[in-house]
Amino acid sequence: MEGTLFNLFASLAVLSALLVVVNPLSRNPVTSAMFLVTTMISISGLFVLLGAYFLAAVQILVYAGAVMVLFLFVIMLLDIQETARRKLNLVSLAMGLLAVGALFLVYKSSIKTTYGDQTQHQEAAADSALVEAVPAKVVGSTQALGQALFSGEKGFILPFEIISVLLLVAMVGVILLSRKEQS
Amino acid sequence: MEATLSHYLLVSGALFAIGLLGVIVRRNLLIIYMSLELMLNAANVALVAMSRFNGNLDGQVMVFFIITVAAAEVAVGLALIVALYRKRQTADVEDLATMKL
Repeated sequence: MEGTLFNLFASLAVLSALLVVVNPLSRNPVTSAMFLVTTMISISGLFVLLGAYFLAAVQILVYAGAVMVLFLFVIMLLDIQETARRKLNLVSLAMGLLAVGALFLVYKSSIKTTYGDQTQHQEAAADSALVEAVPAKVVGSTQALGQALFSGEKGFILPFEIISVLLLVAMVGVILLSRKEQS
Repeated sequence: MEATLSHYLLVSGALFAIGLLGVIVRRNLLIIYMSLELMLNAANVALVAMSRFNGNLDGQVMVFFIITVAAAEVAVGLALIVALYRKRQTADVEDLATMKL
């Protein structure tokens, strides 16, 4: 069951991410934004499978909600016409594909080296043993995550306060940037 | 099939590679920005998977902070794009090749 759901969410996330970047049917930014919403929702499904329930909810609220609304708002505000399809720069396309493919292969082979001598089955057994050994602690319910944030042995109170100041700075900065110039 | 850590890392790597491809290949500023978001999310998937399979909540706390910073970053970045569009009437990076406004 879990494996099926993982396959579903993972393939949906990768497929719609591909459609954000290279959509053969449409060059409209709104289409890309919609597929980005699908990607975000699939990623939040992956978070649920990993037991990070709070983060899954936050992912939907912040990304699929706030961030994407902001994106759509700006797309509509700028009123970008679907410009005539420019000639694709083949050199940059080839170089981009080459660089990204090489990066992905390096990443994949490094994962393979980490798990090199284990077979698939052993690996799964080792992983599930690890998960069994630390049962309820890893489940990221709101309570558990709140305790890790505020009252863990390390505690993240100072970073939390700094983040709140950062949000205030961002808010003031956005108002300043988007103000019409009086001249 | 049981999903293991390496499966999650592979998905995360694929998402990151697609995001990087978008930043390199596409020329619409807004699409480039969406691809950046995609890369941030790929990192989030890797962090949550690590947190799960190592029995430690620190990864999830990190993701919490990343989501907050990403929200602030989107707000500021989109405001910059709007300001740029007002000056130059374009959102294509090839028309924005000079530093002078």
